[in-house]
Amino acid sequence: MPLLKDGKIVDDVWAFVEDGHELSPGGCIIVSLGRFLSEHDQLLARNRSIGVRLAVSDNPELLAPFLDQLHLVELQFPKYTDGRAFSQSQLLRRRFGYKGEIRATGQVLRDQLRLMIRSGFDAMVIDEADAEAVFDFSAHEFSEFYQAASDATDTIFMKRQKKREEKAAE
Amino acid sequence: MYRYDEFDETLVRERAKQFRGQVERRLKGELKEENFKPLRLQNGVYLQLHAYMFRIAIPYGQLSAKKLRQLAMIADKYDKGYGHFTTRQNIQFNWIKLAEIPDALEALADVEMHAIQTSGNCIRNVTSDHLAGAAFDELEDPRPWCEIIRQWSTFHPEFAHLPRKFKIAVTAATPDRAAVKVHDIGLLMKKNEAGEAGFEVLVGGGLGRTPYIGLTIRDWVSKQDLLSYLEANMRVYNRYGRRDNKYKARIKILVNELGEAEYRRQVEEEFANQNAWEKVVLPQEEIDRITAYFAPPKFETLPTKSTTLDGAIAVDRHFARWTKNNLRAHKVPGYTAVHIALKPQGVAPGDASSAQMRAAADIAEKYGLDDIRVAHEQDLVLPHVKLDDVPAVYAALKAADMHASNAGLGSDIIACPGLDYCNLSNARSISVANEIQALFADPDFEDEVGTLHINVSGCINACGHHHVGHIGILGVDKKGEEFYQILFGGRADEKATIAEIQGPGLKHEEVAPALKRVIARYMELRTSKTEKLADTMTRLGQAPFKEALYASA
Ligand code: HEM
Ligand code: SF4
Repeated sequence: MPLLKDGKIVDDVWAFVEDGHELSPGGCIIVSLGRFLSEHDQLLARNRSIGVRLAVSDNPELLAPFLDQLHLVELQFPKYTDGRAFSQSQLLRRRFGYKGEIRATGQVLRDQLRLMIRSGFDAMVIDEADAEAVFDFSAHEFSEFYQAASDATDTIFMKRQKKREEKAAE
Repeated sequence: MYRYDEFDETLVRERAKQFRGQVERRLKGELKEENFKPLRLQNGVYLQLHAYMFRIAIPYGQLSAKKLRQLAMIADKYDKGYGHFTTRQNIQFNWIKLAEIPDALEALADVEMHAIQTSGNCIRNVTSDHLAGAAFDELEDPRPWCEIIRQWSTFHPEFAHLPRKFKIAVTAATPDRAAVKVHDIGLLMKKNEAGEAGFEVLVGGGLGRTPYIGLTIRDWVSKQDLLSYLEANMRVYNRYGRRDNKYKARIKILVNELGEAEYRRQVEEEFANQNAWEKVVLPQEEIDRITAYFAPPKFETLPTKSTTLDGAIAVDRHFARWTKNNLRAHKVPGYTAVHIALKPQGVAPGDASSAQMRAAADIAEKYGLDDIRVAHEQDLVLPHVKLDDVPAVYAALKAADMHASNAGLGSDIIACPGLDYCNLSNARSISVANEIQALFADPDFEDEVGTLHINVSGCINACGHHHVGHIGILGVDKKGEEFYQILFGGRADEKATIAEIQGPGLKHEEVAPALKRVIARYMELRTSKTEKLADTMTRLGQAPFKEALYASA
């Protein structure tokens, strides 16, 4: 399945290592939250790119002390109607200021892409033949938003305020 | 009334276009029904027994003549010439074709309407007091805050896939006409000790299979903090609400399982942890901009009494009855609010034909400052009518056969569609409601009985709010046969109470006669006509009524 990063198909250099399995010496690896929390000293000492996979019920706050050392957080959609990862990603981006990759896996459908982009996801594994075109379409389907979120979009409320200020300045 | 600016407009246009694309993909088979379902649901499209059902939002119940005429147009062009006003201030069309819904959405966008989030597991249409802005007993007009909540919740990226649907209601009046205590979140405007207006926040109310009265989670939150505080509640719910069992997924179950104190602690902690980037604070200029749309219309200075009205009452008994039952006090002297009861005998409660919609639109334009509301009793309301114009309004309503004079009385029944339209139903609702209505065919008898709330649901999902009726009726299925359980003592107002099931279910034909006995017992036992059935039951207990219910004829 194609991996999109910032809307472009890229090679996936990351590998998830099951709990209890040995870590390969090189390469970018993803581990579970549980494993990361119990082995973070060794994992970070490897000096290799490290990512953490959160289950939908995991608390992202537990990663807060380590976020500037992480390169990837994988959030999951076991079913696309399960919206917990949207809260996880908003917490990571806005509360804890995480700047690395947030990747969506699981049941990722084109009609969620806009919500994902707004919630701070910058990567997703999506089962679409023409993934880039689908992403491009979904990213631009709406041009106005009421809510401030994790993307940099100006909200409707900000735009209205700007209009008022411009008018006052005239 | 709020008017869209270019941003609101762009958004609903883009939504209509998006849904057109989704329907095309569905019809071409590119989108599986399974994956289409949550998309169409967020646009108010249900698949029902006979056809798709299309639910349109009427935010906080407010319509103008132009909007109502457009609904009439949709009824004619895409449905069978009528629509159904619901208990949540929406309108539903039951016979629309999927391929035509995108066109209907565009027609709605033309009049600043939409169907966004009218179903699905998201924040639904925000509801309010149908007398908002007209009521003499309100602290201030709650509608600006309803509109602010509407905008904040529209396409909220974090809360589009909640564990279950989420309903918010707002009121600013002490007699609670918006049933805020049976909503996922109920907001009750009130002042704090310093005299500043803000909101009491009730969480976890709801009906359905496990009815609960909402609990006060915050005694007072300021207007500035309202949206941030709502976000904190929504996030706790989105993260921790149950997703393993759809019958346990409403926020009421979360609040109940965590316990009130722990739920409150989690919300307060989340609220306290929000940083400046996360807070949702609108500039005061924006709040002022939205509020300005709800400025009171230019009322005339009029005497408290109208001789025209009094004269007409004196000569027409039917009109006199209608004024007694269907008018509501207004905050401005010489004005009144008019209930258009959509419950004549023998009709599905809440149904209105396109001709009736147009008639109501004309009347509102001519006599009602172009303002029409949908009440949760499934009635229409003209909130601002001059007393002098009431006889003319009545005449015009009568010409459209919309002059039922039963607002708030026994035959003003709230009923869900039941077996006639709904694929979840166990039993018919409309026909039971119609048979009960027939008990009140004699207007003198109905007036003598007085205020009485009867609610009928065709199954445990409680769309007809049977838990909060003075008398509730619940359709159940016993080995393929329809039965009806009877509940007593519910109410949806500021003293909200969940009704109690009395005993074994009754057969369809037994329901109306049994209710007749209960009502007779009530009239024997009440201290005065102003003692509501629910009050008599509180005073005496339900035993005498239960006895009457099951006494065979
Ligand atoms: C015809 C098709 C309909 C279907 C399939 C349907 C389905 C449902 C279901 C499944 C629930 C329970 C949800 C839950 O508790 O989580 C529900 C609740 C509700 N329905 Fe309907 N409904 C229909 C029509 C209506 C109509 C016509 C009205 C208004 C008259 C209505 C008003 C409500 C209300 C107010 C609730 C909320 C009860 C609560 O707060 O728990 N529904 N509906
Ligand atoms: S209460 Fe049951 S029968 Fe009635 S509309 Fe709701 S789901 Fe259908």
